[in-house]
Amino acid sequence: MIPRVGVVTFPGSLDDRDAARAVRIAGGEAVALWHGDDDLMKVDAVVLPGGFSYGDYLRCGAIARFAPVMHSIVDAAKGGLPVLGICNGFQILCESHLLPGALTRNDSLHFICRDQELRIEDTSSMWTADFEAGQEILIPLKNGEGGYVADEATLDMLEGEGRVIARYLGLNPNGSRRDIAGIRNELGNVVGLMPHPEHAVEDLTGPTTDGLPFFTSVLNSLVGAS
Amino acid sequence: MIDTVTHAVEDPDRTQPFAELGLKPDEYQEIRDILGRRPTSSELAMYSVMWSEHCSYKSSKVHLKQFGEKAPKTDILMVGIGENAGVVDIGDGWAVTFKVESHNHPSYVEPYQGAATGVGGIVRDILSMGARPLAVMDPLRFGPLDAPDTRRVMPGIVAGVGGYGNCLGLPNIGGEVVFDPSYLGNPLVNALCIGAMRHEDIHLASAKGVGNLVVLYGARTGGDGIGGVSVLASETFSEGGPTKRPSVQVGDPFMEKLLIEATLEVLHAGLVEGIQDLGGAGISCATSELASNGEGGMHVWLDRVLLRDPTLSPEEILMSESQERMCAIVTPANLDAFLALCGKWEVEAVVIGEVTASGRLTVEWHGEQIVDVPPRSVAHDGPVYERPFHRPEWQDALQADGPENLPRPSTPDELRAMLLTMVAAPNLASKSWVTSQYDRYVLGNTVLAQPEDAGMIRIDEETGRGVALSTDCNGRFAKLDPYNGAKLALAESYRNVAASGAVPLAVTNCLNFGSPEDPEVMWQFAQATTGLADGCLELGIPVTGGNVSFYNQTGATPILPTPVVGVLGVIDDVARRTPIAWREDGELIYLLGDTHDEFGGSEWAHHVHGHLGGMPPAVDLGRERLLGEILVAGSRDGMLSAAHDVSDGGVAQTLVEMALHSGIGARCWLPDGIDPFTLLFSESTGRAVVVVARTEELRFTEMCAARGLPAYRIGVVDSGLGPDAGFPAGTQVLQVSELFTVTVDELRMAHEGTLPDALR
Repeated sequence: MIPRVGVVTFPGSLDDRDAARAVRIAGGEAVALWHGDDDLMKVDAVVLPGGFSYGDYLRCGAIARFAPVMHSIVDAAKGGLPVLGICNGFQILCESHLLPGALTRNDSLHFICRDQELRIEDTSSMWTADFEAGQEILIPLKNGEGGYVADEATLDMLEGEGRVIARYLGLNPNGSRRDIAGIRNELGNVVGLMPHPEHAVEDLTGPTTDGLPFFTSVLNSLVGAS
Repeated sequence: MIDTVTHAVEDPDRTQPFAELGLKPDEYQEIRDILGRRPTSSELAMYSVMWSEHCSYKSSKVHLKQFGEKAPKTDILMVGIGENAGVVDIGDGWAVTFKVESHNHPSYVEPYQGAATGVGGIVRDILSMGARPLAVMDPLRFGPLDAPDTRRVMPGIVAGVGGYGNCLGLPNIGGEVVFDPSYLGNPLVNALCIGAMRHEDIHLASAKGVGNLVVLYGARTGGDGIGGVSVLASETFSEGGPTKRPSVQVGDPFMEKLLIEATLEVLHAGLVEGIQDLGGAGISCATSELASNGEGGMHVWLDRVLLRDPTLSPEEILMSESQERMCAIVTPANLDAFLALCGKWEVEAVVIGEVTASGRLTVEWHGEQIVDVPPRSVAHDGPVYERPFHRPEWQDALQADGPENLPRPSTPDELRAMLLTMVAAPNLASKSWVTSQYDRYVLGNTVLAQPEDAGMIRIDEETGRGVALSTDCNGRFAKLDPYNGAKLALAESYRNVAASGAVPLAVTNCLNFGSPEDPEVMWQFAQATTGLADGCLELGIPVTGGNVSFYNQTGATPILPTPVVGVLGVIDDVARRTPIAWREDGELIYLLGDTHDEFGGSEWAHHVHGHLGGMPPAVDLGRERLLGEILVAGSRDGMLSAAHDVSDGGVAQTLVEMALHSGIGARCWLPDGIDPFTLLFSESTGRAVVVVARTEELRFTEMCAARGLPAYRIGVVDSGLGPDAGFPAGTQVLQVSELFTVTVDELRMAHEGTLPDALR
């Protein structure tokens, strides 16, 4: 079985081609999903790619959450469908309340693009199972509004339940609370990640291929489950 | 009351504000002669924008002709100068289009939006050829880094370039950041875009087929940028003159992203007969150019244009430079499908006209005729000036004032201190404060990006075919000798592309100069264009297009003549690229080419002594060509681990950048017979530093010897020098034998601190 991974294109999505390429390189079949269509085309997992959906003019992800495709994704995610939100996708997951907290303007007030070191903190999610706990990786980071914030109780809850999946190493690039780069939901099927694993899947174009395990993780868990 | 053609005939002597619109009395008379009557106010608006310097190239045309006349014989040029952008055949059925344009004056007035819309405009040029835009680059020039106005202008411009390009989803793969006092009151914002398409997808801006429809789509038309072309882009910011507050256009990159996707879908669906972007001069430009390049006739219902501001007059609608708009020629049969695809992307579209056989461009406003002109007279037959020019009287004195007597460092300690001073100089320091605000990863095809010598992108994911691009110019060289300064810019860009492993193929340019009404500036321009045309002929690569920006001056003081040259190269397989970083211990470092005592216009003379005088380095394009062939062969045959061109700051800067980018130290030594200062800091051309594995050394040096290119072994990559130099094990060190030792960390602090410290 070759798992089918849907990649959603919203107006203003930018990394949808990259996410589809990463899915293919990892061995999956990438399926294009359209924001205006609530049909998930029988996909086994979904990636919400990076970009500036609807120009991010209101608040990042605030309009995208109302797209017809998101109604289907929210329902399916609650039923266990694996969903990875990268950057703008993470913002959309927070706006959709599939993940707690919010992403705010970088504390530097500048958009920042750099190769970022991360530590994988949790390997129980469907998107991080192929990593080793504590593994340090290097993948691109590029965002203007990547500072993860939540109230202290929520942060403590995320930490307590092991739901912080990745943390920034070295200089915190955007003011994220507790250096959080990514989190998961309780079930472990929904992951939001601010850096961009889809840009680190080929030696030729990425700083490393450290992003690939995010995609192989979900494919392996889907194949294992079937 | 609307001024109609009927009024113009009935009321022939009305006084018209042609001077306020930037037209000279004889130009106004010429319009009257063409029409056989006075123009209507709408016609006057159209002529004034289309005959502005920015749109008509009226001062530069007679010189730009040389790019065509002296073009080398080539079969790679699929679309030449004069279209929205030139198109080059890169093989395997792929065509690439690229172009650079200026947005200097708007960016000074409103840095963020000026820079942002500069990116937006050039991207639409590329899109209108039928290509998918793939990457951008931005050559930027500012006043001194520590000047207060630089702190106002630079962060806004950088944020504007980044804000627009990032939101559009185009990687920014290179460019330049240069500081010089001459740009303080007139920063330069040049924007380059590159796109690719299959050969069969090339589209042109022509309105063919009588009865076909003219569709305007994209953003609505508003009051932004009205008169921007003729007023903003063609007037000097002079003190004491009337305050002009024309609105700079405001960009919406989200709309542009939708416009790109919608346009590519309608093009690939075969629904478009001709296409044109709307940039400077808006609807006036698009309709007159489309009509002029096609059947020759077009009728426009101007009241059908969708407006953001319903109070706009027809003159304003014709002149508006609202961004993110395109104009397509569509057959009536295809209209519904065209509109449906626009609807899919939530892009508004409306039919505003049709192609006619009348030979006239006619515009109607609520049933009344307000424009009736021969389209060619608007679009192509504008005035052409043979501006007077002469060599400045000060040129001889400038060239005689060489750097020979400037004090030079000589002791090892002085040389070491000079190295640290130079790598921290604003023009040589790390530009990551700028480039870290740009997304270089999006689309997933960026193989090389700044600070590499050239940006490189993969075009074909199956075969690995790709292209490399570099833009370069040293304005100080061009001031000392504009003819050779242009050749030097070409040589550097050519060298950068070759150093990345790509074969240089074609040239674009953005010629930034002062006022063409100043005969000394005009001389610089004439010299530079001649130098560039001659240089391209010598190197055998054609100019495919470009842009001229005049009136870059503050008061009577022009900027350094700045002919920015962009060279495009092709590489069969991007996996063969050559990066600037060396990789492992034992690799051998070679300096290719000859080093002479050449400091005229150098970064050392500029930064250390504030001196500009003498002659720039000699340029030998035959040698550049040979060096390029060696660099490409070294890449293709797997002989080179790394390569980096030698230019600003000399060999010292080149070695430092290679060490910093790799994070590994090296032991270097000087060839016999040359003093250390000259070897380290001279800016002689035709040189590169390459890194060769020991197993490839013989093959490589034999190739250089057989081809007659001097190659000097000047070092070896060595990560273990720390303890010998008195540092803890693991410390990475750059050692210049018998002179000095400096740690890579120390270099990094100096190199990377300058911009953040100044802009904090």
